[in-house]
Amino acid sequence: MWSFFHKLGSPPWLYAISGSILRWLLPATLLALAVGLAWGLLFTGPEARQGNSYRIIYIHVPAAVVALAGYYVMAIAGAVNLIWKMKMADVAMKSAAPIGAALTFIALVTGAIWGKPTWGTWWVWDARITSMLILLFLYLGVLALYEAFDNKAAAGKACAVLSLVGMVNIPIIYKSVDWWYSLHQPASIKFIGQSTIDSSMLHPLLLMIAAFYALFTCCLLLNMRAELLQREARTNWVKKLAVAADSRG
Amino acid sequence: MWEALSQKLYFHSIDALLAMDGHGTFVWSAYLITVVVVAAILIAPRRRQRRFLRRLAGEIKRARGDRANVREDI
Repeated sequence: MWSFFHKLGSPPWLYAISGSILRWLLPATLLALAVGLAWGLLFTGPEARQGNSYRIIYIHVPAAVVALAGYYVMAIAGAVNLIWKMKMADVAMKSAAPIGAALTFIALVTGAIWGKPTWGTWWVWDARITSMLILLFLYLGVLALYEAFDNKAAAGKACAVLSLVGMVNIPIIYKSVDWWYSLHQPASIKFIGQSTIDSSMLHPLLLMIAAFYALFTCCLLLNMRAELLQREARTNWVKKLAVAADSRG
Repeated sequence: MWEALSQKLYFHSIDALLAMDGHGTFVWSAYLITVVVVAAILIAPRRRQRRFLRRLAGEIKRARGDRANVREDI
């Protein structure tokens, strides 16, 4: 068990293991995304009241769900960095921020596009949408804060504090649709009790949510690998990698 | 297998698929934006890594070259 933690702190080990994970996870993710998209777009009927516009659900909900989950990853990595000063946690935190920002952006934009035919408006300042916009600013804030510091360790600490303070926003996003009843509908998928979505639509949606989780994992690993190499630029294993990559052309 | 699948298709022509009963513009633009953003976050770290390794390899080569030149001068 402890040797696992020691290995987790070892950049060459993490670089190698993430490479072998990505070799199968990346193709599996792309396949799941393709199957999920085809299923949702081609093989499901239209929704009774919304018609075909509801098909946006297959990207909107997965992107939003994983954007929230990504914030946990970022904030927990930040906390680990603050408490145990684990450098790898700082790498994970910095790597999670741009992916979270991209997914939040997808959720907001597809939501706006979905809102036009369904609600008659692109945008409302409703609780769910506003708190998601704040989530986007938190992600972008962490990215900007990293760039603002010359000292990497100080930047990591400041970003960890920002992301932990921003955790306040997460339960607000979850509960916003129940606390403030407005245009955005409450959750249709429930862990306890009956989901209020037909199983013909639920199954492709669940596949897409799983695919987006896998996508997040792939992007996180890819970002971490790039970041690791840059931070370890002076070490021999990275120099060997660079020379080997150069001789391959 | 393909026949069984094609019978389950909801849309029966490309036009119907593109139009989606008037919602096509919304659905397709949402999917297009998503595909572009997802492609970007998958490609960006790979490009960053490749560029970094190329730059580092260049630096190593130059450092070796410099050392070789110094020896020649002596």
